[in-house]
Amino acid sequence: MSLDLSQFHAVFFEESFEAVTAIESGLLDIQIDNVDPEMINTIFRAAHSIKGGSATFGFQQVASYTHVMENLLDEVRDGKRAMSQEIVDVLLQSVDALRELLTLAQAGDQMEDGQFAEYKQALDDLMKGKAQGKPKKAAAKKTDTKKAEKASEPVKDIAAEAAVAADSGAASELPDGWRIVLNPHKEMMQRGNDPLRLIRELGTLGKTTVTCDTSLVPDWEHFEPLNSSLSWTVILEGQVAREAVDEVFSWVEDECDLAFIPLTGADLKAKAPQPDDSSEVVVKAEKPAAVEEAVAETESNSPSAASSAAARPKASPPAAAESQSIRVDLHKVDSLINMVGELVITQSMLNVLSDDEMLQGMEKLQQGLGQLQRQTRALQEGVMQIRMLPISFCFNRFPRMVRDLSRQLEKEIELILTGESTEVDKTVIEKINDPLVHLVRNSVDHGIEVMADRVKAGKPEHGSVWLRAYHQVGNIVIEVEDDGKGLDPDLLFAKAVKKGLIAENAQLNQAQIFDLIFAPGFSTKDQATDLSGRGVGMDVVKRNVQALGGGITVDSELGRGTRFTIRLPLTLAIMDGQLAKVGEEIYVVPLVSIIESLQPEASMINVMAGAQETIKLRGQYLPVLRLADAFGVPLSEDERSKPLTEGIVVIVEHEHQRFGIFLDDLLSQQQIVIKSLDENYHTVEGISAATILGDGRVALILDVASLCQLQQKTEAFADAG
Amino acid sequence: MAKILAVDDSASMRQMVSFTLKGAGYQVDEASNGQEALGKAKAGKYDLVITDVNMPVMDGITLIRSLRAEAAYKFTPMLMLTTESAAEKKSEGKSAGATGWIVKPFNPDQLIATIKKVLG
Repeated sequence: MSLDLSQFHAVFFEESFEAVTAIESGLLDIQIDNVDPEMINTIFRAAHSIKGGSATFGFQQVASYTHVMENLLDEVRDGKRAMSQEIVDVLLQSVDALRELLTLAQAGDQMEDGQFAEYKQALDDLMKGKAQGKPKKAAAKKTDTKKAEKASEPVKDIAAEAAVAADSGAASELPDGWRIVLNPHKEMMQRGNDPLRLIRELGTLGKTTVTCDTSLVPDWEHFEPLNSSLSWTVILEGQVAREAVDEVFSWVEDECDLAFIPLTGADLKAKAPQPDDSSEVVVKAEKPAAVEEAVAETESNSPSAASSAAARPKASPPAAAESQSIRVDLHKVDSLINMVGELVITQSMLNVLSDDEMLQGMEKLQQGLGQLQRQTRALQEGVMQIRMLPISFCFNRFPRMVRDLSRQLEKEIELILTGESTEVDKTVIEKINDPLVHLVRNSVDHGIEVMADRVKAGKPEHGSVWLRAYHQVGNIVIEVEDDGKGLDPDLLFAKAVKKGLIAENAQLNQAQIFDLIFAPGFSTKDQATDLSGRGVGMDVVKRNVQALGGGITVDSELGRGTRFTIRLPLTLAIMDGQLAKVGEEIYVVPLVSIIESLQPEASMINVMAGAQETIKLRGQYLPVLRLADAFGVPLSEDERSKPLTEGIVVIVEHEHQRFGIFLDDLLSQQQIVIKSLDENYHTVEGISAATILGDGRVALILDVASLCQLQQKTEAFADAG
Repeated sequence: MAKILAVDDSASMRQMVSFTLKGAGYQVDEASNGQEALGKAKAGKYDLVITDVNMPVMDGITLIRSLRAEAAYKFTPMLMLTTESAAEKKSEGKSAGATGWIVKPFNPDQLIATIKKVLG
């Protein structure tokens, strides 16, 4: 039976990437002067595990690479090599190489030979460098040991001279047969090896004649059940190589006496089972069966064995209380979440019904509906929990990054992680990574000063960067803080003016000034370093965070440090929405993007040259987008041209651009289940997704970012007109 | 049908072994480390144990030694999954009571052939 191994690849890659991460974090935790052997063991095991899997599943480069890593770690583990910073550094590099190799292998590709050789060279060099004089165990053993050991080990006490004959005979040409003498030690059976099995296996190599020597079996009184008193002589006919015979006995070399005597055709004719023993029986199965019986008897006769077996309760304590998990395809989870989403909708539909007067008297039904509501909510929370992963999945890479960066910059920086076990939606973890990398890099590169400056400022030489995660009322908060030089408001202001982002006489408070760093095209460092990129930066970070439905703020004190705070919704599948009415349609405005809502007074309204309406709010002119126009909602002419005073203007903000959305009325606020529009329909400008309301109606969710663009287009059009 | 306990901390290897053996008609249970395997082995009776050597919590050699101390597993075949380079592991495993070993990497056919050989 052949089996398609590719079905195990997904699991292999998943666990291998996890193992790589384990190696990495293990290496980062190592203290050179006080190496924890268990730590080395863990790292070794991870490398070993990747090696075993990759070899089995046919990823040769990964296998040969991890093989060298494993050997290196093995030497450290066995104390043949002292752990050094150099080894840690090389191994950390190899972690990156390994990730690359795995990624390539996962894509069904492999690394170009030249590059692979280069990667491997670093490890090989290290191996050779200090292991000189030490036996290169892996290579040496693989090639020669097996044969060498067997050939040189004088074959047991039965027939030493026969062994010599065997060796010389096997070298050149194959004999016509073998006489094999097998005398098992008692350990052989106690390790689960059955002499019969070996004899049977010899039978697959050629015709066998087996004789069993029972002469040493003692009489009943002296019978010691655990001892082996039988031995066998097997005549194997056919030109069989010594190696093939060896192979049969490879597991039991040390637990039996063996002799291999090559036979010629003439020997075979003479049928060599030397009749020097009166009690020889020529059988195949009978005698060994007796051994098995004896063995069986031992088990049942020995009172201690029997009682201990009986006394042992069937239900032994469940093993390993450590966390147990199963891997599930994300699609399955998502479809489950989807179904629960449907259930939530159905439930809210029923809830609407329960307000119906006709049902007022039916108390039981009301109770049932109440229960259904609670249970649905619990079920929903439970299912959402499945998608949650501890944020350590994302945080784990930072110690390494900070370490590498600070070395490169010759700064001494400690990264302090807190709240790694805070659970976040899987998608959030995937998407928050890049923004966090950027922020942490920023802190390390721009935030923390060089040592000399720190000392001058009276701060400790080594800087600190904190990465924190915690929950706060339905949100997850991630903070990146450093105790570096902080943001200089004057500098930021001057810079923004220079870049033409703000007017020279603009009145901004400190928070607004700090906020400037999120403006597109703003970079505080004149000389872009290759670490923090070329000013492509904070605006992208902010956009990414907003794409996740979150927000980012910055807080800083000059000379003391800077703190970025990212606030994200717990999940991307549910959000808080404000229902709003336009004509007969209901739309959902994401609650996070609403600044305020108001019914404008006539004095606030301005109609500019074209048709663009604005309202003046606290000295600021805000353009207003009529949602009905933007989406072409069918309305009567009266309705269409009704003044802004007769509806509601919802002020929203996107990238510092505030504008108003005009709609008829605001309805309730509620949690809504997000349904992708792309999957079920197609992308619509100004709309991010849809949801189903309690009464079964579909409502579209506004996408403030794209509405902002839409609004700007209208404005441009109006200006042109 | 013979019952086999497959022990490996690597899920992919464990699944591969288990899937292969189930395909060959054996009844297979899985454990992800020695400790868990020991618990399962004591709770039931297996005709063969096949275990990885390097595992967290309890390694394969300790598992074999512990199982051999159990009356029910005194003569049960136990195979280690090991790599060619680990010669000393083989002899360490043998003295702990291992029946034999299967050298990694192996393919499903080799695995079945070996198991058949041992279980007859």
